[in-house]
Amino acid sequence: MGTMFARGLKRKSAEDGEDVEGGLAGAQAMPSYSLQRQSLLDMSLVKLQLCHMLVEPNLCRSVLIANTVRQIQEEMAQDGTWRVVAPQAAGRAPLDRLVSTDILCRSVREQEGERPAPDAGDGHTPDLVPGLATVPSAQALRNPQSSLWEVDSSRENRGGFQKSLDQIFETLENKTSGSVEELFADVDSSYYDLDAVLTGMVGSTQSGHGSGLQAFSPATAAPPSSSCRSDLGELDHAVEILVET
Amino acid sequence: MSACSGRADIISTVEFNHTGELLATGDKGGRVVIFQREQESKNQVHRRGEYNVYSTFQSHEPEFDYLKSLEIEEKINKIRWLPQQNAAYFLLSTNDKTVKLWKVSERDKRPEGYNLKDEEGRLRDPATITTLRVPVLRPMDLMVEATPRRVFANAHTYHINSISVNSDYETYMSADDLRINLWNFEITNQSFNIVDIKPANMEELTEVITAAEFHPHHCNSFVYSSSKGTIRLCDMRASALCDRHSKFFEEPEDPSNRSFFSEIISSISDVKFSHSGRYIMTRDYLTVKVWDLNMENRPIETYQVHDYLRSKLCSLYENDCIFDKFECVWNGSDSVIMTGSYNNFFRMFDRNTKRDVTLEASRENSKPRAILKPRKVCVGGKRRKDEISVDSLDFSKKILHTAWHPSENIIAVAATNNLYIFQDKVN
Repeated sequence: MGTMFARGLKRKSAEDGEDVEGGLAGAQAMPSYSLQRQSLLDMSLVKLQLCHMLVEPNLCRSVLIANTVRQIQEEMAQDGTWRVVAPQAAGRAPLDRLVSTDILCRSVREQEGERPAPDAGDGHTPDLVPGLATVPSAQALRNPQSSLWEVDSSRENRGGFQKSLDQIFETLENKTSGSVEELFADVDSSYYDLDAVLTGMVGSTQSGHGSGLQAFSPATAAPPSSSCRSDLGELDHAVEILVET
Repeated sequence: MSACSGRADIISTVEFNHTGELLATGDKGGRVVIFQREQESKNQVHRRGEYNVYSTFQSHEPEFDYLKSLEIEEKINKIRWLPQQNAAYFLLSTNDKTVKLWKVSERDKRPEGYNLKDEEGRLRDPATITTLRVPVLRPMDLMVEATPRRVFANAHTYHINSISVNSDYETYMSADDLRINLWNFEITNQSFNIVDIKPANMEELTEVITAAEFHPHHCNSFVYSSSKGTIRLCDMRASALCDRHSKFFEEPEDPSNRSFFSEIISSISDVKFSHSGRYIMTRDYLTVKVWDLNMENRPIETYQVHDYLRSKLCSLYENDCIFDKFECVWNGSDSVIMTGSYNNFFRMFDRNTKRDVTLEASRENSKPRAILKPRKVCVGGKRRKDEISVDSLDFSKKILHTAWHPSENIIAVAATNNLYIFQDKVN
């Protein structure tokens, strides 16, 4: 698990872990926090998209999730400057603050490390191109971690999660107007940037009005240009289906 | 006491009327079921008045909003009773979009002996009528009928989360995520907007209204809570649009507890005035807080409902439980407060003795007239025999809705699709 973290975040661990003596612990702790935070961000983005169901989405829930996304993104933006100045200090402070989620987020990471992808026979997914922290979350999307669901409704959730993922791709085409899209119009540029970086699905083409879901829509229009795309495995497969239809 | 199982029967609101004689429940299927307390008979003194079904009716039906291509759920979000002014009972019930005023009345007599129609209701040929008679009222089996008297529609763009009857008994308010409207009971085609927090640019929306209630005695005064953990007290005399509050209640954040979930768990799911009107109680995800209306900067009391969930927030965020909206209630004398939790647990806090108890609403543990056994959640270390560990809690069994009789120690607890009524022995 430690090595997975080190490899997964080349940006931080390769530089920091080797340079600073005694910083190894800090380096291992810091990537862990970043992955946790990334996982939380990805989870939140998925939750927002799952809002497009038959019934009007719960606005309170959407607002709270959107605020969480904003918080994470703000912190990530700040980390960009902190990292250069004092990586160790920056590593410890955020980890302390995330103490309440640490246990559970760590179990997410453990799950993903242990569980092989169903279709990726050689288990190559952990050996991702560094920087694409989204792939573990793609795993999360494809393999609803049963042990994370503490509730009895987990049975329903497992099936429902897979189904919901299909719904996301379905609803990409059906752009329902309504308050939810309006709501997320301004975070969309952030979504867009994040998604552009992380998934490589969105190429350099700009989406028309920058609504959250439409950030994905260029995937249907233009062939993905990033070379990272070939590493995405299953998510790649799903995108191909979209492009062809 | 329980309803039959099925998703449409999930109870979504519970409310005693002002005397406690009636108890109304609303469910996900749009139905309202009213229970009435038996008259206590002198022959059976030990058998305190039990609640039996009095009336059942379909309040709301599912609708389809063609403009937005979205379904409008028939689920009853809230029921509020009007004080009784004549023989009939009146209540307000609401789904996400429409509030309805229902009249529930008894009929135990029916007129017989009409001149122009026969007993089956068929018209009689006037030529055959040779004498006139006065119809008389004859007893019949008691029938309880519910009729919709008013329908207050098309005033809410967003989902209604609260309704509250004013102490003037002439007006009431309905609150959705972004607006609060004031209605007169007699007028259905217009309402008066008194709070509007919708930003000009929806992209700037960061806060919604989560609950609202009128002051129990001052008809000009009401509170509303927000998803950011704040409460605003407004005075309708100050201005027509109450966007500026008279009082703003917010507790400063504890920096040592800060996480990405801090805001979500601070979101207030329910706000209730005390019967005295001097305090308000708020429920957020982990606590219940009591506020003195004269002190805005922090609550006077904070009660931990299930603090052991604090280390599970990530998981609860993932399975959406963190968005569960628990309600809270005062007892008649404002000395005890009650709220629900998971695993069919509900908690009571005595404000005077500072004692608290956890009880469970489940069929296995509740035989009629048995005393409820206090439950305990083990938070770590050795688990005692009767305790339940946090990891064994069933998060699908949540008690969101409870009600307390206005003057006696009788409580109603809704556990998914079952209703439990307990006569509480707390002094």
